Amino acid sequence: MSKIKVKQLSVSYGNHEVLKNISLEIPERQIIAVIGPSGCGKTTLLKSMNRLLELNEDVAVSGDIYIDGTSIYHAETDVTCLRKKVGFLPQHPYPLPMSIYENVAFGPRIHGLDIAKTVSAFSKEGGGRKEKKREMDLLVEHYLSLAGLWEEVKDRLHAPAAKLSIGQQQRLALARVLSVEPEIILADEPTSALDPISAKLVETQFKILKQNYTIIFVTHILRQARRLADYIIFLYMGDLVEHELASQFFTEPRDKKTKDYITGEIS
Amino acid sequence: MKRRKLEENIFKGMMFIALFLVFAVLAGIILVVTVKGLSSLNLSMIIDTPKGGYYLGKEGGIANAIVGSLYLMAGATFLAFVISLPVALALQKEYLGKRFADFTRLILDILWGTPSIVYGAFGFVVMVFLGLRASLLGGIIVLTLLMIPIMTRAMDETIRLVPFELKEMAYALGTTRMETTFAVVLKQALPGIFTAIILAFGRGIGDAASILFTAGYTDEIPSSLLDPVASLPLAVFFQVGTPVPEVQARAFAAALILLFIVMVINVIARLLGWRFSKNIVR
Ligand SMILES: Nc1ncnc2c1ncn2[C@@H]1O[C@H](COP(=O)(O)OP(=O)(O)O)[C@@H](O)[C@H]1O
Ligand SMILES: [Mg+2]
Repeated sequence: MSKIKVKQLSVSYGNHEVLKNISLEIPERQIIAVIGPSGCGKTTLLKSMNRLLELNEDVAVSGDIYIDGTSIYHAETDVTCLRKKVGFLPQHPYPLPMSIYENVAFGPRIHGLDIAKTVSAFSKEGGGRKEKKREMDLLVEHYLSLAGLWEEVKDRLHAPAAKLSIGQQQRLALARVLSVEPEIILADEPTSALDPISAKLVETQFKILKQNYTIIFVTHILRQARRLADYIIFLYMGDLVEHELASQFFTEPRDKKTKDYITGEIS
Repeated sequence: MKRRKLEENIFKGMMFIALFLVFAVLAGIILVVTVKGLSSLNLSMIIDTPKGGYYLGKEGGIANAIVGSLYLMAGATFLAFVISLPVALALQKEYLGKRFADFTRLILDILWGTPSIVYGAFGFVVMVFLGLRASLLGGIIVLTLLMIPIMTRAMDETIRLVPFELKEMAYALGTTRMETTFAVVLKQALPGIFTAIILAFGRGIGDAASILFTAGYTDEIPSSLLDPVASLPLAVFFQVGTPVPEVQARAFAAALILLFIVMVINVIARLLGWRFSKNIVR
């Protein structure tokens, strides 16, 4: 079964329609790349999937998106739960204004996650304050490792996160997203602000994470899409041109626009 | 090339002159106040209340005005803070929406520009209506009103500087508006919030007109909220206008103490702001 079903989704800012009647299905535990020229609505599509869009004013959404068969635009949907389930990694990875440790501990705390369960491999009996603290330590270590950042920061967990390099901040953002135990990770050009080495590190983590998560990422680098993606969504000026297995997409594109795009004739 | 260099130098010269003027005025004020006030500034001036006839006497000190100003400012700063912070937070577009927030800002800016004597007159009318006389409580309330617009707008401006993407990051984790506000916005804006408190404090502690009719004046230190209370700006105001040199010198001593308090508060706020800025994201 598909994880996400987008049904006749249209989005406008004011009276500028930027996504036009998009319908598609997204498979589970894969890496999906959203590609297309800049301004074609990639970020908008991503943000519609965890309703971050509605933080903007004058935005109108019609149609619906189903995750695990449940409508996310339904009036009774709890947005905080939705966003916990559908994590978002922005293009510019701002750390939260707190320490590295607190950046990762923040999400589990506000959601009141059962930390003991997550780190059950380590946890002992009893729930005294000392154990609680120890459990949180383990949790922070766990997610920083999962994001590939632990080794670099383990000696300065209580330093301000703002002091990290931008590549480290992006992986911290990843750890923060993972810390609330999402099922889907949305990533908006996650490597565009990074140096090549940091970008490589993020790509490596994505490949590891796809075993357990559905990852949808935006990129304008075709080679990156080719390297990472199992599935491609190609948008052009607000229209869904093609959504296709990556192998098919790159070898035998159906649409003329796709052909032109991957041969570099339109950009 | 020569022309551009000349322009650069003219501009540099203008900036230098303006900067020099600012420093010169500040130095001038400190110099005059110190020279004229220091001679009569002694321990008795700080710890004694006035003796020898109402507030125009030559004996005793101005402890009534020092303590009075501190009481007034402690009360007014606290109340203004308790009111200004929620208003400033509500001005975020997530809460009020941009249009209503901008309207509220306009109102606050008009209140900010309203002369303090108008606040004083307004307070006086209300107090007459309620049958209250000039008192510490009246002074605190009017000063609070005077300080709210500047404190709120200064807080608002620093809160608006918090990058939207930073808030978005918090929302993306599934936070509520309140959690985002406390965990991200307040942390990020904290030094600016200290500055806002200081700006409002500076306006409040030096203001004479608003408390002229509402706080009153007395030689005593008030023992209840309903007693009249003396204050440093009014001590300056009344005493500087007399023809008696000894009394005038007391006015400058009061001004000197006022300056000193403002300086100390500013330094404390800077230190606090600096202390709390290490996690700030730039
Ligand atoms: N908050 C907004 N308000 C108005 N227009 C917007 C807003 N965000 C994006 N747009 C417009 O919507 C279109 C699609 O934007 P976006 O989804 O960011 O594209 P992409 O990520 O593919 O570059 C662009 O034309 C952009 O100018
Ligand atoms: Mg984009």
